[in-house]
Amino acid sequence: MALKGLDIFKLTPKTNCKDCGSPTCMAFAMKVAQGAVPIEKCPHMSQDVLDQLSEATAPPMKTIEVGTGDAAHKLGGETVLFRHDKTFVSRNTFSATVCSCMSAEQIDEVLAGLKKVDYDRIGERMYVEMLYVNYAADKGADAYLDLVKKVAGLEQILILGVKDVDVAKAALELCKDKKPILNGADASNYEAMSALAKEADVVLGVSGKDLDELYDTIAAIEKTGNKKLVADVTGETVKATFANAVQLRRGAIQDGDRTCGYPSLVNLSRLVPGDAHLQAALASVFVLKYGSIIVMDSMSYAQALPLYGLRQNIFTDPQKPMRVAPGIYPMNGADENSPCAITVDFALTYFVVSGEIERSGVPINFLITDAGGYSVLTAWAAGKLSPNSITKFITEEVQDKVKSRKLILPGKVAVLKGELEAKLPDWEIIVGTNEAIELVNFLRGFDTLC
Amino acid sequence: MPFTKKPHAFKAAINEVTLGTGDKAVTIGGENTYPFYTFDNTTKNKPVIGAEVSDIGYENEPEGYKAFFGTEDMVERAKKAAAMDEVAFICLHFAGADPFGANKSVEECIEKAKAVAAAVDKPLVIMGCKNLEKDTELFSKVSEALAGKNIVVLSAREENYKTVGASAGLAYNQKVSAESAVDINLAKQLNVLMMQLGVNPKSMVMNLGSAAAGYGYEYVASTMDRVRAAALGQNDTQLQMPVITPVSTETWAVKESVAEEADMPEWGSREERGIDMEVVTAAASLSAGSDAVILKHPESIRTIYKLIDALC
Repeated sequence: MALKGLDIFKLTPKTNCKDCGSPTCMAFAMKVAQGAVPIEKCPHMSQDVLDQLSEATAPPMKTIEVGTGDAAHKLGGETVLFRHDKTFVSRNTFSATVCSCMSAEQIDEVLAGLKKVDYDRIGERMYVEMLYVNYAADKGADAYLDLVKKVAGLEQILILGVKDVDVAKAALELCKDKKPILNGADASNYEAMSALAKEADVVLGVSGKDLDELYDTIAAIEKTGNKKLVADVTGETVKATFANAVQLRRGAIQDGDRTCGYPSLVNLSRLVPGDAHLQAALASVFVLKYGSIIVMDSMSYAQALPLYGLRQNIFTDPQKPMRVAPGIYPMNGADENSPCAITVDFALTYFVVSGEIERSGVPINFLITDAGGYSVLTAWAAGKLSPNSITKFITEEVQDKVKSRKLILPGKVAVLKGELEAKLPDWEIIVGTNEAIELVNFLRGFDTLC
Repeated sequence: MPFTKKPHAFKAAINEVTLGTGDKAVTIGGENTYPFYTFDNTTKNKPVIGAEVSDIGYENEPEGYKAFFGTEDMVERAKKAAAMDEVAFICLHFAGADPFGANKSVEECIEKAKAVAAAVDKPLVIMGCKNLEKDTELFSKVSEALAGKNIVVLSAREENYKTVGASAGLAYNQKVSAESAVDINLAKQLNVLMMQLGVNPKSMVMNLGSAAAGYGYEYVASTMDRVRAAALGQNDTQLQMPVITPVSTETWAVKESVAEEADMPEWGSREERGIDMEVVTAAASLSAGSDAVILKHPESIRTIYKLIDALC
């Protein structure tokens, strides 16, 4: 159960020594209670007290790290059920699937797809982070180990879907250094699998025929001292899978049940194999509701574009709006003679406005100025979008690169026109529209005038 | 010790609103859980799908869409869409009424709406062209022309709720959607204003605003989450109207669905991109609290129907 600040305060040395960085022990205790600082920040706590407290103040959901180096990913660690309550922390990962039951051509096709979808979207690399390697018992251990060997060199984190302990052991030998996930424990084999995962120091995936069995198996593995787990919530049906994912997350966060507090794995490739559109739609549901690893057959560009966009949106911290890098974005084939249109670096503004400019088909040098990530009116009110900031941006970043001297302002800050004309005498300052939706007509009319 | 199940059904529920008349009338809303939380309580009315049929733009539709419908004729397309079991209602989108676009007359739109109403027995939802003046006139006249059909007009906004609410909601007893721009306070305020005007809250639905996945969708998801939390958790009767979300109009306008394969060869088929953008956005809307989504492509409609069927 979560401790209150006062309970923690009672266990501090109460010396107000400031060694932890907080002005008083009381202030420190309050921060610990909110989860803002870890209890270990205080160097004067006895080990006894530390153990007692770190258990009680640990977040309800564990953060599990998989992979190594650049490919490492943190899963879980969530503290709320809805992003508007605070923020979601660890964005979900996507996985493609290969299986020792597939033909060499099928496998190559999936792997080729992995290389293809790899792009940047507002400063974030979008690619398939994981690869589920499924074991088909009827094809034998050798076929599986060959497959693991084939994919072990990829940058994707492997998820070894294998319940046979001996095969799992041999597969781990081939790839354990890259910290894969061993998705193989269930009620029948968890002791051996857990020992194997601990020995190789990899995260263990746990599954069960229903939520009760999954929960009991996790509890049993925890008793053996292994808490590096992922819960494979995939059930018999889509409905059962969604129910498992939601109830487990709710159990952890709402009811504080630590046994529920593990990242989840949802295997859509198993639930609706071969149906790419339905997999995309279901993946969307699990991005919003509690899938930590979403396993699909493969990832096409058509699926990736909306899914990665959605994920980037949903895992944005509501208190830190997404920002676009300031600069000149030439649109519709704009060159140095095309007129400029300026707005703020708030990502939503950028998306809406750039979409409308694109629709207009009019070549425009779209200028994004640093406005602290605020929307137009907020930035203006906060002094982040001012005649000075715009003038500085134009003279330092734009003037030398663009020959046109026409600048379209957002209609909502028409008030800046006069002062800008004084500060930028070479420039013709034009007041644009209030709403992005009116831009298409405005720009087309503007284009005819030019 | 097995998992302790704690069902979290709420005491409050979303209003039930019926669209259309006769055998094909459809009821949305009524649930007292978060979307698809069937483990908390059974879902009273499954979410439904409306098919958007627009009066312009057929020539730019992808090949698969054209192959399915086979004709530009709005009435014929509405009939084909209505014949799909997956489709619960038809959304007639009069985009061509836009004075800055095709500028079709209100009379022409009304004629089309009447022809569809005569040919199709599924409920009708009327979507405007986003031009405030034209929409206000269109909604008032279409409410009169289709009196007794129990249609939905999409939507009354802050600027025109008085006229639209009075004609559609009060004079002709149709259903009215209240449209706000992804903000729970604006949504509530507009509902209150409409109710003060005398519109029965049981005749209202909401359009809380929409966006395509990747285009600020976090605001849509959080607004819907918060509206549902207030409606169910705090029994806020001013936010208990069911939600109808237009999806296709947003998703088929973003560059992922518009860019031709020739311009973006690595992206592959435009039609596939458009469908995935549509189904990903629709699925997100349904998981956040839409009781109905409006889609365009037959493949998207089939996919989302399968999704609803699998989750409910």
